[in-house]
Amino acid sequence: MGEMETAPKPGRDVPPKKDKLQTKRKAQDPFPGPAPVPVEVVQKFCRIDKSRKLPRSKAKTRSRLEVAEAEEEETSIKAARSELLLAEEPGFLEGEDGEDTAKICQADIVEAVDIASAAKHFDLNLRQFGPYRLNYSRTGRHLAFGGRRGHVAALDWVTKKLMCEINVMEAVRDIRFLHSEALLAVAQNRWLHIYDNQGIELHCIRRCDRVTRLEFLPFHFLLATASETGFLTYLDVSVGKIVAALNARAGRLDVMSQNPYNAVIHLGHSNGTVSLWSPAMKEPLAKILCHRGGVRAVAVDSTGTYMATSGLDHQLKIFDLRGTYQPLSTRTLPHGAGHLAFSQRGLLVAGMGDVVNIWAGQGKGSPPSLEQPYLTHRLSGPVHGLQFCPFEDVLGVGHSGGVTSMLVPGAGEPNFDGLESNPYRSRKQRQEWEVKALLEKVPAELICLDPRALAEVDVISLEQGKKERIERLGYDPQGYDPEAKAPFQPKPKQKGRSSTASLVKRKRKVMDEEHRDKVRQSLQQQQQQQQQKEAKAKSTGARPSALDRFVR
Amino acid sequence: RRWAELVPESSWSPAVGASKMKVKMLSRNPDNYVRETKLDLQRVPRNYDPTLHPFEVPREYVRALNATKLERVFAKPFLASLDGHRDGVNCLAKHPKNLATILSGACDGEVRIWNLTQRNCIRTIQAHEGFVRGICTRFCGTSFFTVGDDKTVKQWKMDGPGYGEEEEPLHTILGKTVYTGIDHHWKEAVFATCGQQVDIWDEQRTNPICSMTWGFDSISSVKFNPVETFLLGSCASDRNIVLYDMRQATPLKKVILDMRTNTICWNPMEAFIFTAANEDYNLYTFDMRALDTPVMVHMDHVSAVLDVDYSPTGKEFVSASFDKSIRIFPVDKSRSREVYHTKRMQHVICVKWTSDSKYIMCGSDEMNIRLWKANASEKLGVLTSREKAAKDYNQKLKEKFQHYPHIKRIARHRHLPKSIYSQIQEQRIMKEARRRKEVNRIKHSKPGSVPIVSEKKKHIVAVVK
Repeated sequence: MGEMETAPKPGRDVPPKKDKLQTKRKAQDPFPGPAPVPVEVVQKFCRIDKSRKLPRSKAKTRSRLEVAEAEEEETSIKAARSELLLAEEPGFLEGEDGEDTAKICQADIVEAVDIASAAKHFDLNLRQFGPYRLNYSRTGRHLAFGGRRGHVAALDWVTKKLMCEINVMEAVRDIRFLHSEALLAVAQNRWLHIYDNQGIELHCIRRCDRVTRLEFLPFHFLLATASETGFLTYLDVSVGKIVAALNARAGRLDVMSQNPYNAVIHLGHSNGTVSLWSPAMKEPLAKILCHRGGVRAVAVDSTGTYMATSGLDHQLKIFDLRGTYQPLSTRTLPHGAGHLAFSQRGLLVAGMGDVVNIWAGQGKGSPPSLEQPYLTHRLSGPVHGLQFCPFEDVLGVGHSGGVTSMLVPGAGEPNFDGLESNPYRSRKQRQEWEVKALLEKVPAELICLDPRALAEVDVISLEQGKKERIERLGYDPQGYDPEAKAPFQPKPKQKGRSSTASLVKRKRKVMDEEHRDKVRQSLQQQQQQQQQKEAKAKSTGARPSALDRFVR
Repeated sequence: RRWAELVPESSWSPAVGASKMKVKMLSRNPDNYVRETKLDLQRVPRNYDPTLHPFEVPREYVRALNATKLERVFAKPFLASLDGHRDGVNCLAKHPKNLATILSGACDGEVRIWNLTQRNCIRTIQAHEGFVRGICTRFCGTSFFTVGDDKTVKQWKMDGPGYGEEEEPLHTILGKTVYTGIDHHWKEAVFATCGQQVDIWDEQRTNPICSMTWGFDSISSVKFNPVETFLLGSCASDRNIVLYDMRQATPLKKVILDMRTNTICWNPMEAFIFTAANEDYNLYTFDMRALDTPVMVHMDHVSAVLDVDYSPTGKEFVSASFDKSIRIFPVDKSRSREVYHTKRMQHVICVKWTSDSKYIMCGSDEMNIRLWKANASEKLGVLTSREKAAKDYNQKLKEKFQHYPHIKRIARHRHLPKSIYSQIQEQRIMKEARRRKEVNRIKHSKPGSVPIVSEKKKHIVAVVK
């Protein structure tokens, strides 16, 4: 800190001049205080919703909450500062002088980019075994694809090392990795089969028959299957039990997607609605009317804020899921989009026939703007499966000519968390992660629209419980209610005063007394209400109007 | 609408615009993410963005549930039983400098010194004829004092007798009446005994410096305050607790309770707080500045509470009761957090919390001293840094989710012997009946005529200054 040189006061001695050395030694810090942190980054780490009012609580609870809020502010600032340590930057693609990036083709990108990234673009020509559906594992390191005529393969697509390649001799409708690259679920023509990554068949689940779509909920270890019979079945793969088999009552189910934010399954129906399902409830959590015709594809982004749907009416709509469930933007397409997918950074891809279009938004939090596509690409056959590779700038497309891996700069999340999904994990790390993930497997009953619902103050159930107890028992055995009255039991008296008739008479007397009290009370309440109304009527409107007679 | 933009031309020449675009792909160098040799640590980059860590609250809840269950699985508090006394253990004392040494006095006059790490008896002294009523160590740890039914106060050396020497007390004081308790000053060479009155003695003298009394009945125990070292508290048979000031040699004030207090113990961290173990199955924590209401009433025992001792942290205390159990209570809660019992342990007469706040020892009627862990599921010994971090994390999780019904149910669950369990049910019914009677009395009388007394004030009869 610099020295404070006080000016000599009038009439006092001039203080001795300071040594020149002293003034040189202490230099001013040009940026005093801690480094500033951008507010949006701090907001990202805040979990407490300060606008919600809590019910009135004791002083001790309130002081504890204040301490917790102060702590949260401090920790969110520290977390925001730690963002400096993130090593990677996301990719980008900019045309020169505002050129349309959609005109840039894949070959140009491959030429312009470094050799490691160029190797990520490949085309597998597999015309023999039918249109392909594909799935990337959760870390983005492994790819599994299955062709309609039974060809199933799993490989590490970065090193191009094949893990297994088999033909299951049956039509393959969908394929998913389970929690790690060790297990594959294949929805075959008749039943659901589980394979090892070496191609060994482990299970054949006959309760899941004629499955059209599969979705794996990674934190609950649940495999959701949508079948032609109209059933949505949840299979817990850690214990091997069917947790719920829900009848969607909407005919054949072949449009399914999961919301990664709250593990709710979105089913698209032929009457234009999208219904939201949780294994805990027999009825859908919500039903959203999206399109005029049938819904052909649904996708939800990774933060659970936006849902993209496309329908037979050739519309592509983006809905707001956290709040109003209203469409934010709409786009008419020349050809209906049969497949939709979101990337980790909010890019939306639509597969329309043999063309894929990718739309991008402004930043990570905003919805993709559907005005101008970001990139387009034509494939050698109609598209049957789409997925962005997690943590990479790559889009995998399964089509009738095989499997293509496209480069999409800016699609993948650059900085992964090593303890959640680490594409570079070793065998030991994978084993440790698997054990921990199984230990903290979330029970299926906790799936609901708001995943933070468990952290709320449970005011309603306290009061509801009390009401229910009073209904059932006439009084609340757990609560001390000084006003609550036990039903009147007349005391047995001597000398013939305890005959049935006199007991009934005594009971009647007490009941009538109570009835009179109640009537008196309700009359008083009515009078009060009338007075309030008159007061209101008098305060509003100084001049009487002809319509006043219709005011209730 | 420009449909054309959606369908790219595959025959466009790559030279148009391609060379002038700016493109960068996300490309990681594996050298930054994979370790070089097997001897290195694995690299684990972290990103704390909440979107990468979905389902925080449910996952934490499941972890808290697992932590609570594991705590119950690993809850094995019993460590050792020290065998050797030939009659019930009447009193225990801790060595002030050495964690491993404890002293115990039995009902046949025998005093034994034990080593807790080797779990054996290192010295036996036939100190008195009759009960050893009290035992206390000097603050420097070189000697200890005992009082017995033979009206004597004896001072002994802490180190054993040398080769060829007899076991002799350093000093013997013959009194006129039976002494029932003794406690030594925490800093000076002064000790206090109680019997018919409270006597303060100087170690060099054979007569007490002063005798204080207030009331007509015998006094069962006396304790010096560890923080404000001139204060003493004592419990008398006429149901009162008297506080004395040594400097003025007068009693300060007293509080009269419903039933007799067996012992008191001062909080080693708060100068003015003490806890009294009462015959009416409760413990009362008092603030000595305001004796008219106890700070907290601790109710969980089903029989008379015989002894109480504070943890050195001052946050918890342990109580020994005539129902054959010991309970650990937090200072600010009215219910116990832990109960220890064994089939072999009969009425527990004395209890002590060791000075490193990790162990509890209790002496009981059946001649054994038992050693327990203060935290039943704690892992003893040196923990690695990972173990410590996991333990702290689990502790915080259990604290955060302690109010959720499933977790609360598991954390609260303790096995109780049938006698205590059935007594608890019976006493609950009795208390409920009494409460209902009170409520009805208030309901059916003129409002204000029946005073509503809080549970805390119910047990205090009077405070006298």
